[in-house]
Amino acid sequence: MENLDQFRKETKEWLKENCPPEMKKPMGPGDVVWGGRNCKFPHPDAKLWLERMGEKGWTCPTWPKEYGGGGLSFDENKILQEELMAIRARPALSSFGIWMLGPALLEFASEEQKKKYIPEIVKGEIRWCQGYSEPGSGSDLASLKTKAEDNGDHFVVNGQKVWTSYADDCDMIFTLVRTGPQEPKHNGISFLLIDMDQPGVTTKPIKLISGKSPFCETFFDNAIVPKENLVSELNKGWDVAKRLLQHERNMIAGMGLGGAGSAKKKKDQTISSGMATMAKTYVGEDEGRLANPGLRQKIASFDINSHAFSLTMKRASEESKSSNSGPSPASSMFKYYGSESNKLRYELMLEAMGTKALGWEGEGFGPAELAITREWLRTKANSIEGGTSEVQLNIIAKRVLDLPQ
Amino acid sequence: MSLVLNEEQVFLKDSAKKFATEKTPTTHFREVRDSEIENCYDDKIWQEMVSLGWTGILVPEEFGGSNFGVAGISSILEELGRTLTPSPLFSTAVVGVSLIKHANVDVKKDILSKVVQEGLRLCFAIEESNHHDLLKISCEAKKEGKNFNISGEKSFVIDGGFADKVIIACRTSGEEGKKDGLSLFVLDADSKGLTITPTKMVDSRNAANMKFDNVKVSSDMLIGKEGDAYEIIESVLDISRSAISAEMLGSALQAYEITIDYLKEREQFGSKIGSFQALQHRAAIMFSELELCKSCVIESITSFDEGGNDSERLASLSKAKVGEVFHLISNESVQMHGGIGVTDEYDIGLYLKRARVAEQIFGDSNFHKNRYAELTGY
Repeated sequence: MENLDQFRKETKEWLKENCPPEMKKPMGPGDVVWGGRNCKFPHPDAKLWLERMGEKGWTCPTWPKEYGGGGLSFDENKILQEELMAIRARPALSSFGIWMLGPALLEFASEEQKKKYIPEIVKGEIRWCQGYSEPGSGSDLASLKTKAEDNGDHFVVNGQKVWTSYADDCDMIFTLVRTGPQEPKHNGISFLLIDMDQPGVTTKPIKLISGKSPFCETFFDNAIVPKENLVSELNKGWDVAKRLLQHERNMIAGMGLGGAGSAKKKKDQTISSGMATMAKTYVGEDEGRLANPGLRQKIASFDINSHAFSLTMKRASEESKSSNSGPSPASSMFKYYGSESNKLRYELMLEAMGTKALGWEGEGFGPAELAITREWLRTKANSIEGGTSEVQLNIIAKRVLDLPQ
Repeated sequence: MSLVLNEEQVFLKDSAKKFATEKTPTTHFREVRDSEIENCYDDKIWQEMVSLGWTGILVPEEFGGSNFGVAGISSILEELGRTLTPSPLFSTAVVGVSLIKHANVDVKKDILSKVVQEGLRLCFAIEESNHHDLLKISCEAKKEGKNFNISGEKSFVIDGGFADKVIIACRTSGEEGKKDGLSLFVLDADSKGLTITPTKMVDSRNAANMKFDNVKVSSDMLIGKEGDAYEIIESVLDISRSAISAEMLGSALQAYEITIDYLKEREQFGSKIGSFQALQHRAAIMFSELELCKSCVIESITSFDEGGNDSERLASLSKAKVGEVFHLISNESVQMHGGIGVTDEYDIGLYLKRARVAEQIFGDSNFHKNRYAELTGY
């Protein structure tokens, strides 16, 4: 405990000296720092903040020091996150390298690969995207057809990926490819790291119902990939893929923890519900109660479930700390519950706001209201990306409950 | 608040598990239910619980108890809930003891030591209508010199049919709907003017109706201050709601596990029915909901012992969530069993019956969602 107190003290001091003032202001939608070769910083302070945090390894606090990570223990990281929260510091770096690829590389990659790729992720030098789904392979991911053929010291890759997040701004793509066309489907897949800066790789944004284009199609036309970019063994990529999906699911599950609905206890000990407060401004109140009893009941249920869910995430993290096990098939439960809960959150906001949540653009709606319309549409993908809710329930049934095939 | 039990609580839970498995499996419940014994009460089992010290878990050490706390007794109830063990442990060791702790020192000393040593049985007469409502109390206690005369009617008094002492919530002033004027008294179950009519509920357990016709009780038997019992009652109810949530969680977990086992063994259309996606998804949802319940229960039962100041909201959260999930699981379990699920021979129906009664104890899910919203400021 004494060491932890000391750590907290040092962390406070370091943050006081090193977190630039601009990085303590609330973030707008364009303020996320994704890193990469052509990284766009919203402010010079964002660059400084990334450099300082990257140098310390605190963009990836629990990763091993030898690869540039922070080398922090579970408890130290908890303290770091608390202290970052306390000064409302913006995340120095957001990336799929941190959330998804890095943890899988640490588990499956060769020493050379770790030495090369992990520090780049920590410092935000390379921006990664994910090449998993294909037009014909969605929920049935293992039926994928993009093929990689052996051509001496390199592979030649041909095919198409879809739902590659922000691929048009990315430097590298981690990709599942078919290397064993004769093998049973799960046993002929390999995990390749592909540089997108080459003529054989092109991307095309997909316009979504929200009007935005966070996803792309990515085409491989005789793309060249050096042999040393194969992670794990040839035709053993499915193991890496599954593990990485668990990390992805944990990341998406985190959305279920989002702000608006959860009841929070403020410093003065009064308790409030973000969702109910918001609803009151749109539907009014009646002697302190939300004026619409039906909506009030739904929000109470939602708040109760949100609380129970975040508590369960916390409990799982405390339990995995004691057993040191990392993500498990139970991450499917969190993915399922978190994404369904996030969808419900926005449906309730729509109910509360009525036509005010249905504006598309222009006059008559505030910017926050217009953002909610778009976010509501965005949440519809939460229960599809990273494996649909139905796929998660399949996984829970088979891997956790051990029900018969 | 902790999200894991400490060593002491784990020990209590393990010994309760052993007790429930060896002494009170559901066959014990059936024996008692189907025997000539009245009120679904087995005195031998009760005395064994007493000798294990379970009635003293919330009793301070100075009165012979172990003071192991709400999380301790709740962990025991969770295990007993798994096998639907019928006993007055909840009504005595949780509700009754928590109320008596607010009595004057002589009453405390007398009653608590008898609860710990002899298994004196307590019950709480609070409800007057078919829905839990603390303010809807019109039973009256009129002061006459050093005594009070109590008149009125009570219903759904859990384990009231065989209790030795009755603790009653009534009005010494004020009118129905008001917090002020509520008072608590403890009196003998065989007091003159008190008529106790045991009623058998759908879960085969006993909840009594009580009629008070000018029942005389000394003012020494007042618990807390005259007319000022509201806060005491609410705080005891919150402990009780959390503890009964733990018992309900145990029952829900068992019903779920019985069902999962059945899905793995029952064959139709040449396959195990657990291979059918229509059932797999529902089973997976039950699993997820139970994980959420476990978190709510542990947070709530540990909050009292750790002196948290959010206990009332956590109690409502826990009772609302667990009530809803036990409801879901009790229905799904019967459906997934098919025809065998609606036979008396098979255990799963017992959990359905218990679920509905337990849901009503000190407020159902609707009650607690409403209360949660109020406590959260909407």
